[in-house]
Amino acid sequence: MNIKATLKLSAAALVFATAALAEGTHPVTGEALADNQTFSYRLLDQFPTLDPQLNEETAGHHVIRDLFEGLMIQDADGNLIPGVATGFEASNNNQTYTFTLRPEAKWSNGDPVVAEDFVYGWQRAVDPANASPYAWYMELASIVNAKEIVAGEMDPTELGVKAIDDHTLEVQLTQPLPYFPAMTTYATMMPAHRATIEAHGAKWTDPENIVSNGAYVLTEMVLNEYHTREKNPMYWNADSVIIEKTTGYVINDVNQALTRYKAGEIDHLEPLPDGQFPVLQEERPDEATSVPRLCSYYYAFNLRDGAKPELQDPRVRQALAYAIDRDVIVNQILKGGQWPAYNFAHLKTAGFEMPEIEYASMSQADRDAKAKELMEEAGVSDLQLKLIYNTSDSHKAIATIVAAMWKQKLGVETTLENMEWKTYLDVRRDGQFDVARGAWCADYNEASTFLDLLTTPHGSNDAKYSSAEYDELLSTSKTSDNPNEMYTKAEKLLSVDMPIAPIYHYANTFLLSSDVKGWPYNNAENNWYSKDLYRIEK
Amino acid sequence: MLSFIIRRLAVAIPTLLFLVVLSYLIMYAAPGGPFDMERPLPPAIMANLEAKYGLDKPLVVQMFNYVWNVVVHFDFGPSFIYKDQTVNDIIAQGFPVTLTYGFWSFVVASVVGMSLGILAAVYHNSWLDYLAVGISVGAQVLPNFVMAPILVLVFTLWLGWLPGGGWQGGQWQYIVMPVIALSTSFMASIARLTRSSMLEVLNANYIRTARAKGLPMRRVIFRHALKPALLPVISYLGPAFVGMITGSVVIDMYFSTGGIGVFFVNSALNRDYSVIMGITILTGALTVLFNLVVDILYAWIDPKIRY
Repeated sequence: MNIKATLKLSAAALVFATAALAEGTHPVTGEALADNQTFSYRLLDQFPTLDPQLNEETAGHHVIRDLFEGLMIQDADGNLIPGVATGFEASNNNQTYTFTLRPEAKWSNGDPVVAEDFVYGWQRAVDPANASPYAWYMELASIVNAKEIVAGEMDPTELGVKAIDDHTLEVQLTQPLPYFPAMTTYATMMPAHRATIEAHGAKWTDPENIVSNGAYVLTEMVLNEYHTREKNPMYWNADSVIIEKTTGYVINDVNQALTRYKAGEIDHLEPLPDGQFPVLQEERPDEATSVPRLCSYYYAFNLRDGAKPELQDPRVRQALAYAIDRDVIVNQILKGGQWPAYNFAHLKTAGFEMPEIEYASMSQADRDAKAKELMEEAGVSDLQLKLIYNTSDSHKAIATIVAAMWKQKLGVETTLENMEWKTYLDVRRDGQFDVARGAWCADYNEASTFLDLLTTPHGSNDAKYSSAEYDELLSTSKTSDNPNEMYTKAEKLLSVDMPIAPIYHYANTFLLSSDVKGWPYNNAENNWYSKDLYRIEK
Repeated sequence: MLSFIIRRLAVAIPTLLFLVVLSYLIMYAAPGGPFDMERPLPPAIMANLEAKYGLDKPLVVQMFNYVWNVVVHFDFGPSFIYKDQTVNDIIAQGFPVTLTYGFWSFVVASVVGMSLGILAAVYHNSWLDYLAVGISVGAQVLPNFVMAPILVLVFTLWLGWLPGGGWQGGQWQYIVMPVIALSTSFMASIARLTRSSMLEVLNANYIRTARAKGLPMRRVIFRHALKPALLPVISYLGPAFVGMITGSVVIDMYFSTGGIGVFFVNSALNRDYSVIMGITILTGALTVLFNLVVDILYAWIDPKIRY
């Protein structure tokens, strides 16, 4: 990575930007900027927390990214660029990382952002007293002693991160991790302002208390209604920030959100109501977009001891997977630019070479014929299956059509059972199913985030697939110079063992007001920062 | 009367305690817990979370601690899901919203409903009666989850008169649509109840006597017929009022008001134990309270009733 060059470039852009902004044009593109530099968007639900270390899942992460800044951040294409750190050095075979912090970085109250703030934040993430549900992220990052601290065997101060001086942070890892700097863009690894947290406890994220170091500060917060974040004048790069105010409105019902978008109350709506993308794209070609989203949708077959005997025969699982006409699902039900999937890892994952899967290249008629053959070979007739999914219109539509395909092509009787989310998680974990809907979203933009799921010890391997060969391939890939070789083999193995039937690769459909520019369409993780957006004159 | 009120309040305490225990047991019997996620948490992290929220203790101890904190400190505990919020915060923020649109819905539903009902009964079998019955049947069959999107479509998208959602501290523009959507079906029930009860009263002998004496119709209705006719309506209004002010998930979801209704439903879906309990107790206490209010109103309206 050429951090220095990027930095020089951004410094030059900054000088240029300051001059251009004053004249009301965009510093890089020269577009005329609107007087009104606000941005509003829809949130499906209230996010659980704004405490970076307690944050979990993806809800609320985009807000935290605006309010706080980690060592590194992402640009519009998802590339790693300097955040609070101006750069880093890896030593000791990628096991020690030394980050240099920019001296001009400040908290919103004017305090300088120092290395100790990162040490404190990261210790909070692993401290059992804080009970962060994302403490595992620090273990995943292989930071020395993280695991032991989370387990309560060591003191949080023994975490392998220390402030050499105010502007130098040193991190010790238990194993070489070339992608460690990329992990510092995530909420869990953001700095924390000790004085504020100690003064206000759990209420430190309230608008009147919060001290943050990102491009924006939280100014209003009404649960389940809206929140606003306004430009932080103390942000080190505040001069290049154009959007003055961002408002997130919680609108639970997606159709209601669409009406409000059409009424001009919000600038951005994601995702679009099921199946409506083609119509909206026709109506609003400048606003409706579909971009890849790094998630895969699949049906898992129950491979536990004592589960349905017929399903233990890989030929039966293959037959079931072959008989699913994915084009119908993608083109007739979802209609949002999703891709039919015959392999597990999302086709747009960075650096991932799509494997050549045999049944992917067959026609559906051939697949159906092959499926019948396989069932006959296995000597299975009148198979009865229980398919479980969590309550949702599109899961239901897919389950119904898959059951119809299995019935029609293979004579399989499928009972559908939907359940609300937490019950579904419980039932699926207990293995009370024959086939279960599943989906997995990338934690980071690399194929192992998907493929690891089917290794024996993985907590979300709900099929309970266990293959020594597969485990070995994934384990070898970690240290390999060319992991794609192992990934291809692993995917091919999956298409034979078929513990899961991949169904489709996700796409994100959204509407964005045509005068809002700077959206990171090419960021595969869909990470957006308000500071990169701007509104042009209509 | 005073001893009646005291007796009723004394019964309320075991009732609420029973409610707490029952809700606690049902909540724990439901599959899944607050910290179950797509990605299962490692055991050490799960243990830390359970310790932080006291879920590692036996159920009886948890229940006792909970009741103790509620009764002694009036503290409903932290939310398990919204980590920056306590249940007290959530109620303090959501309940006034719900109370506001609930109260106005109640006013609109009662005033319009009773007026329609009285008109229909007084002008029985006339076009006015048919119109009033027509309106109330129409309002009854239009559930609020149908009303809400239609209202937004018309008033926000087509006419551009009202904002499509939000609350903004309760400015009137934001209250209109929630109140219409919430009050219509209540209004319909009140109209029909008032109409049938009024018809019955108008056929009673003492009304016939009053009319025979030559009293003007207005006097007959307001002085003699109204009070007894409203008795069944009032027994409906008590629970209806509680129903309106404890929130409607449909209103909260469609109009993004930030009211308590959506918290209640989400807390059940998220297994956010403390929020479920807090709102259950709030709703329970209000139900007990307003049933008492209804009983007191009854005694006031009907002198035959003595407690």
